[in-house]
Amino acid sequence: MLFRSKYNERDRGACGLFGWMSRKGRRQNGEGVIEAIANMHERGNGLGGGFAAYGIYPEWRDHYCFHVMYGNEEAKDRTEDLLGQRFEVAHQEEIPHQPHPAITNEPLLWRYFLNSRSLAEGVDTQEYVVSAVMDINAGIHEACVFSSGKNMGAFKAVGYPEDVGKFFMLDQYEAYIWTAHARFPTNSQAWWGGAHPFCLLDFSVVHNGEISSYGINRRYLETFGYKCTLFTDTEVMVYLFDLLVRKHRLPLEVACDVLAAPFWKDIDAEVDEEQKALRTALRQVYASAMVNGPFAIILGFGNGMLGLNDRIKLRPMVAAENGDELYISSEEAAIHVLCAEPERVWMPKAGQPVVGYLEDGA
Amino acid sequence: MSEIIETTSGSAPEIDNEGLARIDARGIHYRRLNELVREVVRRGARRIEIVNVNGQRYIAVGLQEKVRVDIHGVPGNDLAAFCDGAEVVVHNNAQDAVGNTLNSGRVIVHGDAGDVIGYGMRGGEIFVRGDVGYRVGIHMKEEPRRKPLLVVGGTAADFLGEYQAGGRLVVLGLTDSARRGTVVGDYCGTGMHGGALYLRGQVDPSHIATKFVALSEANEATLADLKPILKQFCELFDYDLDRILDERFWVVQPFSHKPFAGGYAANP
Amino acid sequence: MRQSLVPRRFIQVIDYEKCQRCKRCVQACGFRALSFEGRVQPDAEQECVACHYCVAHCPEEAITIIDNPLEYRPHDSWTSDIIMQTTRQAETAGVLLSGMGNDRPWGVLWDRLCLDACQVTNPPIDPLREPMELRTYLGRKPDAVEIKVGPEGKPVLATQMPPQLRLDTPVIFAPMSFGSISLNAQKSLAMAARELGTYWSTGEGGLHPDLYEYADRAIIQCASGRFGVHEDYLKAGAAVEIKIGQGAKPGIGGHLPGAKVTAAIAETRGIPEGSDALSPAPHHDIYSIEDLRQLIYALKEATEYRVPVSVKIAAVHNVAAIASGIVRAGADIVYIDGFRGGTGAATTVIRNNLGIPIEIAIAAVDQRLREEGIRNQASLIAAGSIRNSADLTKALTLGADAVAVGTAALIALGCHLCQQCHTGNCSWGICTQRPELVRRLDPAWGAERVANLIRGWTEELKEILGALGVNAVESLRGSRDRLRAVGLDDKTREILDVKAAGE
Repeated sequence: MLFRSKYNERDRGACGLFGWMSRKGRRQNGEGVIEAIANMHERGNGLGGGFAAYGIYPEWRDHYCFHVMYGNEEAKDRTEDLLGQRFEVAHQEEIPHQPHPAITNEPLLWRYFLNSRSLAEGVDTQEYVVSAVMDINAGIHEACVFSSGKNMGAFKAVGYPEDVGKFFMLDQYEAYIWTAHARFPTNSQAWWGGAHPFCLLDFSVVHNGEISSYGINRRYLETFGYKCTLFTDTEVMVYLFDLLVRKHRLPLEVACDVLAAPFWKDIDAEVDEEQKALRTALRQVYASAMVNGPFAIILGFGNGMLGLNDRIKLRPMVAAENGDELYISSEEAAIHVLCAEPERVWMPKAGQPVVGYLEDGA
Repeated sequence: MSEIIETTSGSAPEIDNEGLARIDARGIHYRRLNELVREVVRRGARRIEIVNVNGQRYIAVGLQEKVRVDIHGVPGNDLAAFCDGAEVVVHNNAQDAVGNTLNSGRVIVHGDAGDVIGYGMRGGEIFVRGDVGYRVGIHMKEEPRRKPLLVVGGTAADFLGEYQAGGRLVVLGLTDSARRGTVVGDYCGTGMHGGALYLRGQVDPSHIATKFVALSEANEATLADLKPILKQFCELFDYDLDRILDERFWVVQPFSHKPFAGGYAANP
Repeated sequence: MRQSLVPRRFIQVIDYEKCQRCKRCVQACGFRALSFEGRVQPDAEQECVACHYCVAHCPEEAITIIDNPLEYRPHDSWTSDIIMQTTRQAETAGVLLSGMGNDRPWGVLWDRLCLDACQVTNPPIDPLREPMELRTYLGRKPDAVEIKVGPEGKPVLATQMPPQLRLDTPVIFAPMSFGSISLNAQKSLAMAARELGTYWSTGEGGLHPDLYEYADRAIIQCASGRFGVHEDYLKAGAAVEIKIGQGAKPGIGGHLPGAKVTAAIAETRGIPEGSDALSPAPHHDIYSIEDLRQLIYALKEATEYRVPVSVKIAAVHNVAAIASGIVRAGADIVYIDGFRGGTGAATTVIRNNLGIPIEIAIAAVDQRLREEGIRNQASLIAAGSIRNSADLTKALTLGADAVAVGTAALIALGCHLCQQCHTGNCSWGICTQRPELVRRLDPAWGAERVANLIRGWTEELKEILGALGVNAVESLRGSRDRLRAVGLDDKTREILDVKAAGE
């Protein structure tokens, strides 16, 4: 079984996170980020490593790029049939990789650049893409779309991230946002689909911690048609962002208020009545979307990167700025790998997002 | 690749006439680094200077010898955990869990330190020049012959001194972040049932767990008690004592040593 | 000489060494089951029901109540209960009546469900020291919050929020009418609700003038008998509830015998003193779901959309579909009462055999509303023998927003579950209208005891949440992966959506 855990149970675990972005959209290759995440080697256990990179496919920037892993040729044939029916496949190729002694049992790894412009009028393109992803992941055995955004892609495998990075030759890609993940799942079953990041459209999430409210978060998402096929906390986190930001059109910072909801005592003490009304309504309406328990995440979203901690900061997170660069990391030391003397280093507060946006025109 | 213990520095470093040993930590795994530290201590080093540290965990864990370890670079988590006599000086920021269950000795951090600093301290001293994160000084305790001390030059985030059962926690609010807000985050002293917590500067009373503790302004006697500690802080970090005293101090003290006695009933 | 062939259930044993012949017990027994003829002794006619009032109030602790040791020859199907019921009906040709909830050994599914706890991968939380939030809002919620841009570019709420009931702990008091219980019992609950930041419910008997001051904490019921239902009453409460049915007697109306209809009850209900108060089995303006919608909106109009409208039903076989219809009909709250729910009086055969357990019902309803994408449109209250904080927590975990408690609150008031509510002789002053008995229940004393009980549960719920590593009750609500089942069959687990322990 390449993609599904043998046990039909949720993966959970602790991990290391790293994120870098250039607000000016300056791109750099993956070497530095690999080194940075490798510096937190102890936070992983070799059962999963991965990266998300934004800005890597400028020549295909208007196409949705699906990164897909297959357990067998049949899954690939069936998926390609589905893609052929629903999209115009502008280009497809194997995701380049090189043999690495520490990376074994690799699935078939393919990417597809999909043109959705041929859709009928009135069809919401993003919704159309999301349902294709859900249909493949839930419906085709041994097929897993692991990223589906534009001009971005995820690279992940069972292994330590530094090995995964070399396996995927990330020194060959240039990105203005890199996020990285070293996984330490409690469940000793290693499976490729369970590595981070988890992605949907342009959203990618790398995540540290275990979501104690997973059960209700998942059931809540299912009422909106999301199919949680991967049995991991992180999948839920991505879909919550997709629901709140894309479907419900909440600003990112407001979505963070839902996920890491402020305490009632602090809402009650709010003097700005409009803010109090908003926050009260958010907690009432999105009670089942609150993410409870320890977490730190880095979200990539196309034109920026966001770090967020749980409401009482049970997982570590450090941020730094240097010039136009924003760093977010589980440990400060990893930042120093890329930047010896950042201009500012700080510890974000519980539940308060650290957000970097691309500058206009970047 | 899993569990490779890097051994880039083959043999242990020299110890000079003054008892000083220098270790270059660049690219060394923590396990080797600590082996080197223990080795030079065994060979009689009194001072160890470690340079190019970046994220190695557990440095000086459990050291019982009265040696001084100077760290240049950002050390990893659990620095000086269970330490029992050594003096550990960090010349940069430190990460989470500094001085975890510290027994005795002293840890000095010239920058900021992360979350859960001094967890369950039994004795010894921790001085941080900058800010600290969440859950600092949790469950500090004391015995007749041991009384731990944790001094923070900047600010502390939420849950400072949660479960505090003894010892002293001091937060001085001398950094920029104190100017931007209060010196201590929310839920300060929650579950506190021993020891004392001293805060200097602006405090939001709603952040103090008044179910468990009383917040009051420090009187002359308290300030006199604090002075030796503040002097030590000033010497370590080159501050002017008068400047520190030129601001109000607050004392947070528990109402009771057994605050939870009333909440239970016997199962019939 | 006793007339009946049904033997006494209980025997009062008097320790004459201790007894000082103060006769307090003789006066105290609401059932007149003790007499004094030279010494205290069981009454020749009236029978002890084991309400323990005499036991609790004998200054010498001289009274013991024991099961009548009389044994029938054991028989697995013809149990002594059934033999006695058969005999009673042979003597009377009557429909057997009972008080309180279903007492048959159906098994309690709560007791087959284990809650999770955190170990290593996520931390438990100390509820005594760290924030732990139980605040719960009952009422319709929109599917999404709409935002507009306010001054200085700040996001501002654009959605008009429907009315909500704010509960400081996810427990309300079950509807028990003035008539089924005494005014002092109702007042105890009303005062406790205010104290606790939660709600009590009028039941179907209207709101006594003395209790209008607690109307802001009251859920005002509108049942098929429409007792005491008028515009001031409807407008007085925090919410209005249409009572369709009750777990103890689904499909059955109510009958408060004229003997219990005192002047105060008559005034509150708007009927003549001493006349039977009959609640029809159906609302005769509701013969179908669209009629329910008509009544829901009539009540919303009458209350000018300022309060949520709840619909209370008994848990029956098709409860999921019914609840879905109720939500679509416009209810803001659906109150589901399982078949172990209590009652002041019910036909025994109905009480013991009709309806389904609340565990199954709440799970099925929550799941159905989710599948239909309408779970946010109404809050769910689970009731029907919520006995302690464990049941409460498990009900929330299966998907309830809050629970309602009746029996447990009555026990706090002194009830010893003698199950003779229908007789109106309650020695404890709870289920009676006899003034000399009602007087025994001091509302201030009662309120304190009820509030104590719920405070204890509240702290226990916080402890459980802490062990589960969540610091807000909504993070447990519906989180069924925190439950495991022991000894439940596959189909039941499938409906509960709960894995077996070890899975």
